[in-house]
Amino acid sequence: MVEQKLMGLNGDEAVAYATKQVNPDIVAAYPITPQTIIVERFSEYVADREVDTEFVAVESEHSAMSSCVGASAAGARAFTATAANGLALMWEIVYIASSLRLPIVMAVVNRALSGPINIHNDHSDTMGARDSGWIQIYCENAQEVYDASIAAWRIAEHLKVQLPVMVCLDGFTLSHTMENVMTLPDETVQRFVGDRPFIEVEGHMGKGELRLNPEMPLTMGPLDLQDFYYEHKIHQVDAMEQALKYMKDVDEEWTKVSGRSYQYVEPYLMEDAEVALIGMGSMMGTVRHMVGDLRAEGVKAGMVKLRLFRPFPVDAIKKAVGDVPVLGVMEKCISFGAPASPLMEELMTAYYHDKEKPMIANYVVGLGGRDVSPDMIREAYKSLAKIKKTGKVDKLSTYIGVRGD
Amino acid sequence: MSKLTLKEAAHIEDTLTSGHRLCAGCAHPIVARMIMKAASDKPTFVTNATGCLEVATTIFPFTSWKVPWLHNAFENAAANASGIEATWRAHRRKGKGPLAKYEDINVIAFAGDGGTYDIGIQALSGALERGHHFTYVLMDNEAYMNTGIQRSGGTPFAASTTTSPAGRVIHGKTQWKKPIMDIVVAHDIPYAATLNPAWPQDVLDKCRKNFSIEGPKFLHALIACTRGWRYPTSDTIAISRLATQTCVFPLYEVERVDGRPVWKLSGPSAAIARRPESKKPVEEYLKTQGRFRHLFRPKPDEELLKAIQDGVDHRWEMLLEKCG
Amino acid sequence: MSKERTWQELPKGAVSYRSSMEYKTGDWGVDAPKIDHDKCVKCNMCHFYCPEGCIHVEEDGTPVPDLEYCKGCGICAKECPVKAIEMVRK
Repeated sequence: MVEQKLMGLNGDEAVAYATKQVNPDIVAAYPITPQTIIVERFSEYVADREVDTEFVAVESEHSAMSSCVGASAAGARAFTATAANGLALMWEIVYIASSLRLPIVMAVVNRALSGPINIHNDHSDTMGARDSGWIQIYCENAQEVYDASIAAWRIAEHLKVQLPVMVCLDGFTLSHTMENVMTLPDETVQRFVGDRPFIEVEGHMGKGELRLNPEMPLTMGPLDLQDFYYEHKIHQVDAMEQALKYMKDVDEEWTKVSGRSYQYVEPYLMEDAEVALIGMGSMMGTVRHMVGDLRAEGVKAGMVKLRLFRPFPVDAIKKAVGDVPVLGVMEKCISFGAPASPLMEELMTAYYHDKEKPMIANYVVGLGGRDVSPDMIREAYKSLAKIKKTGKVDKLSTYIGVRGD
Repeated sequence: MSKLTLKEAAHIEDTLTSGHRLCAGCAHPIVARMIMKAASDKPTFVTNATGCLEVATTIFPFTSWKVPWLHNAFENAAANASGIEATWRAHRRKGKGPLAKYEDINVIAFAGDGGTYDIGIQALSGALERGHHFTYVLMDNEAYMNTGIQRSGGTPFAASTTTSPAGRVIHGKTQWKKPIMDIVVAHDIPYAATLNPAWPQDVLDKCRKNFSIEGPKFLHALIACTRGWRYPTSDTIAISRLATQTCVFPLYEVERVDGRPVWKLSGPSAAIARRPESKKPVEEYLKTQGRFRHLFRPKPDEELLKAIQDGVDHRWEMLLEKCG
Repeated sequence: MSKERTWQELPKGAVSYRSSMEYKTGDWGVDAPKIDHDKCVKCNMCHFYCPEGCIHVEEDGTPVPDLEYCKGCGICAKECPVKAIEMVRK
C-alpha cells in the first residue's frame, strides 16, 4: 500500500485539501460560517496555481449551486460547500441538481438553521434537505471527512448511480477542530478518481453522453406535464436503490487504496448489547467513549454509528442493531409538529412491519451547538435502561439538555 | 468578425425549429431565430430561464432546440451560464475535458424581463461583475407573461397588467420601466445593445459584433406580446417598429472603448436624432395595444398621456446626451 | 393511462427525446399565406419575420411556406413590402 502523510487538519481543511487533490474543474462557492475555511483555503490553492480549478466567486449560494449545475451539465467536475442558511437559499437548485442526475459534490458544514441566527452545529440543515434526492454521508472525524471528500466523486459518478453527494461534517466541532489525518499522495487520489465518466442517453438528435455537447445536443431541463413528471421521479427512486447497491463497491476500492474500511453503518459492542444508541456525526465519538465507560460499570451498552443517511440503508442498520431490546435514536434535529425527529421516524418506519424489533425512543440533543456531553449521553442510556425494565416507551421523544420541562 | 447578410442568414438552418408552442405572432422566436443564426458559426450553448421561450419550446418529450440547451430555474440563467463558461475555461486550461477542444464558444443566456429585472438581477449582476465570456439576452415582453401577464420591473409606466391593472382609482403601473441598460453598462462590460426584430439586419450586425467580443455582454431585445399587450397577431413587427419610431425603445449600442462606455445610436434612432421632427408621438404606439386602452377609453386621459410622452422624451434626451 | 413510455424506457436525466418538428402546429391556424411569386422580390423578410421559421428560402431566394407549421398569424402578409402575400382561409 502507498505511503501516507500524517497531517494536522481541521475538518474544513481536510475538505479543502482533499478537493485540491481531486482538482475539480470548477468550485463555485459563497462563504458562510463555519464553511469559510474551505473556500479560503481552496482560494489559496487557486492563487498559488496548485490546482487547475476555475474558482467562481459567486454572489450567493443560489448562484453557487446554479453555477455547479451549469458546469456539471457542461461536463465539469463541480464542487461547492455551504452550511445552514446557505443550503436553505439554494434549496430549489439542490432538488434540480439531483433530478438532472448531475454528480456534483458538496460539503455541508452542519449548522443550525435560522432563526434565531445561530452559527453552531446541529443537523437541521441537511436533514431539511433529506427529500432532495442527494446522497448524504455523515462524518465522525476529520479522517472520515478527508476520505469521504475523495470517495464522494466516485460514488456520485458511478455509472449506475449518477447522483450528487453531500459530505456532511459538524460545524466547529469537526470543521474547526484539528485532528490527525492520514493523507494519500496526489497521484493516488488522481488515479482513484480518474476522469469523470458519462452515461449515454438517447436524446432527440441521437445517442450521446449526458452532457451539453455541441456534437450531440441535448435538451436538459425540459417542462414536464402531468404525463411524465411521475416517471421522472421514479428514475430518482431507482437511482437511490442503485446507490445503495453500488456505493459499497467504491468503499471497498477505497479500503484497498487507503487501508481504511468504511461501511454504511458501524456498530460497536452490539453483539450482546442490552441498550444501544444510534446516531450520526461527531457526537458518536463521544457516545462510543461512553459505551466504554458504561461497560466498565457493568452496563451492556452498545452503539451504532450511521454513516450513510441517504439512501437509508435499512438492511445494514437492522443487521448492525441485531436483537438489542432497546434502541435510542439520538439526533440533533427537530421536525416541528412531527411525531418525532427525522432519524427516529425513518427507523420506526423501517421496523414497523417487523415481528421482531427493538423498543425505540428518541433523544434530541445538541441543537444550536449545545455540547453533547458525556452526562447527557449517560442520561440517555439511563432512560433506555428504564425502558428495558418497564417494557414500555412512556415518552416517544425526550429533549436532553434543555432548560425547563 | 464576419458580416452576415440577410441573404446568407436566410440559408442558415434554424437551430430553434418549428413545432414550438409559442403563440401565433409571438416575437420570441422571431428574435431568437435571428440571434441563433448569427451565433451559428461557433459552437453554441444556450441556457434559458423559466418563461415563455423556455416552456413553449421544451414541452416534454418534444424540444425545438438543436444546440446544447439547459434550463433549470427562473432567476439563474446568468449563474448557469457562468458555470458553463467556467467549465470551458477550466478544460482549456487543463488541456483536457470535453470542452477543451473548442477555441471559442458562444454561451448565451436567454431570460425574460421577469428573470432579469427582478428575480434574476442578482445572478446577472454577479455574472457581469465576474467577467464571464458570455452573452445575456434579455427577451423583454414587459411583464411576467408566462404566468399570466403580471407586472415586472420592466413593465412600462401606465401599462395595465394583472398585478397592476387599470382600475377605477389606480390606472396601471405607477412606476417607470427600470433602466436596465444603464444598470448593465454601469457594470463596465465591453458591449451592450438593444435589438428590435423590425430591423433584422441591425439585429444580425449587432449579434455578430457581440459574439466576436470577449467578456460579458448584454443584448436587450424588445419582444412584443400579442396576448399580454393585446393586439392582433399580425401586428407584431409593426408595433415593434413603432416602439423605436416613437423612441419608446431606441436602438443603440454601448461599446467600451479605452475603458469608457461609448453610446452610439443605430440606424433608425440615429435618423430621428438627425431629424427630430420625424419622431412619432408616443400615442401612435400606445393606441395599438389593449394594455394601454384605459388611456383612451372612455375618454383620453390627457394627464397620463402627457406624463408618458414627457417620460419618453426625458429618457430620449438623456440617451442623446450620452451619445454625444 | 397513456400509451407513452414507461419510466424504464425514458432517457435518464429527463432529457427530451423527440424533435418538436414532429409536432405539427399547422392546425392552429385558420388562415394560411398565399404568395404571388410574380410580385415577390425575394427580400426574404417573410422568412425572418415568421415566428415559426416555416417560410423556407430556396437556393434562388424563393420563399416557400410550410403549412404543416403555419399558425396563421399573418405577420408575413402584413409586412411584405410589395404586398405579395395574402392570408386566405384554409
